[in-house]
Amino acid sequence: MTFSTIQALVLRNLFLYTRTPVRLVELVFWPLVDLLVWGYLTVFLQKHTGDSFPYQITFLIGAVILWDILFRAQQGVALYFLEDVWSRNLLNVFSAPVTNADYLASTYTIGLLRAAVTSLLLSVLAIVLYSFNLFELNWTLLPFVFNLLLFGWSLGMISTALIVRWGPAAETLAWAVPFFIQPFAAVYYPIDALPGGIRWIAELIPCAHIFEGMRDGLKDGAVSWADLGKATGLNLLYLFLAGMLFVRVMNTAREKGLLTKFVAQ
Amino acid sequence: MESPVLEVNDLVKEFGAVRPVNGVSFAMRRGEILGLLGANGAGKTTAINMILGIVTPTSGSIRVFGRDLARERIAILRRMNFCSTYTQLPGNLRVWQNLTVFGKIYRVPNLKRRIDEVLELLEIAHLKDRVSGNLSAGESTRLNLCKALLNKPELLLLDEPTASLDPDIADKVRKVTKRIREEDGSSILYTSHNMRDVEEVCDRIIFMHQGKILFTGTAEEILDHFKEDSLESLFIRVARGGEIETAGESVTSAT
Repeated sequence: MTFSTIQALVLRNLFLYTRTPVRLVELVFWPLVDLLVWGYLTVFLQKHTGDSFPYQITFLIGAVILWDILFRAQQGVALYFLEDVWSRNLLNVFSAPVTNADYLASTYTIGLLRAAVTSLLLSVLAIVLYSFNLFELNWTLLPFVFNLLLFGWSLGMISTALIVRWGPAAETLAWAVPFFIQPFAAVYYPIDALPGGIRWIAELIPCAHIFEGMRDGLKDGAVSWADLGKATGLNLLYLFLAGMLFVRVMNTAREKGLLTKFVAQ
Repeated sequence: MESPVLEVNDLVKEFGAVRPVNGVSFAMRRGEILGLLGANGAGKTTAINMILGIVTPTSGSIRVFGRDLARERIAILRRMNFCSTYTQLPGNLRVWQNLTVFGKIYRVPNLKRRIDEVLELLEIAHLKDRVSGNLSAGESTRLNLCKALLNKPELLLLDEPTASLDPDIADKVRKVTKRIREEDGSSILYTSHNMRDVEEVCDRIIFMHQGKILFTGTAEEILDHFKEDSLESLFIRVARGGEIETAGESVTSAT
């Protein structure tokens, strides 16, 4: 892994965002829409249920913010590859001295930066608009957020690997993959809300434990070490498996000439 | 005797039942400009993609600077570069931004000065602050060439660098190609469908047809052997008939 190469690849994306401010809309606009919709739904329910307002509903706002961290991290990895496809720059990058590790490290960095921009903005707006303070979790927020980043990176690598393997027609997977798992990820409701027969799927998804832990933490201020431990363990496993998949698909792409097919489109 | 810069040995690529490259062997001397000619589908681009490490050979070997590409790809790619008419630099970045990104990837020392040098060489210094996507086809091709020259590559692969250029810009590109060979001692593998390019620029030509090398030699040697007036007429004869295959395998040694 070479620092200057990673720095160059990150710089390319930073140039892209500063050169094309309209891209910031994508980082800000959709998350903001989510926050407003779920936030005002929460306010509405709060007004109409009075004292019987279930505390879990407040966490919808936290769920929106934390889900977006995962989604932006995944997008950072998956869209990075597509940016090179769209700009016909793919062969310039892959014929340059860039290792798989350099490439992945730069996509992780972009994912981290994207998640940081969006989550900070949403967190501040949540305090201002709804008096919902995610930072009440204090330092315990960090391992939760870090775990979401890890899972976002894994999903990003899986998305990219599938796009490389199946070609430009599979581009839509860059946006779709996180939503494949969302119903089982306990983002807006606890794992217990799922039918008994499919709860095992949620148990295998790291972010389900993060959202469970977040709800527990915000409810009684205690860290759910069991949830954090499960999420971290699963994340390390998935990160390893996604990395293996990415490397394997890149090798297959070189054997089958798949990268050149993106240029021919 | 100096070892070849590039040594391709019995290279084969299969995509299922198709064999776009079928037993190709050749070598390139230091400072040589070698033309790779052939009709569409002859296997030139697949061969170049294998030399760049974008496509893995089914069998055979590629040695660059005496090192095995399969084992030392990254170290080799640092000393190479590539320019193709089929690739572009990101259109939403400014010219200097694109060159900065690739300069850092190739670890170019004194990068700002080098960027100015290559822009001057290609006569597009005035476009340094322009958005790359707003450049004309000719300017865009020259920007691609700037990127390819940033690291003073010892081996430069140019894939149809003059395609879609007007005669004036194409002439400038040919002159730059010869100049960088003279000044930097670069070896250049050059593919083109423009026979004038090849005759003017290349020291030696490899003519590929259906994945195989039909013949190699200087333009004069080849024309003399096949009793043709121009490479263009020979190109058409090969592309349309294939009778050339029985006329002779090689004008000179393949290496």
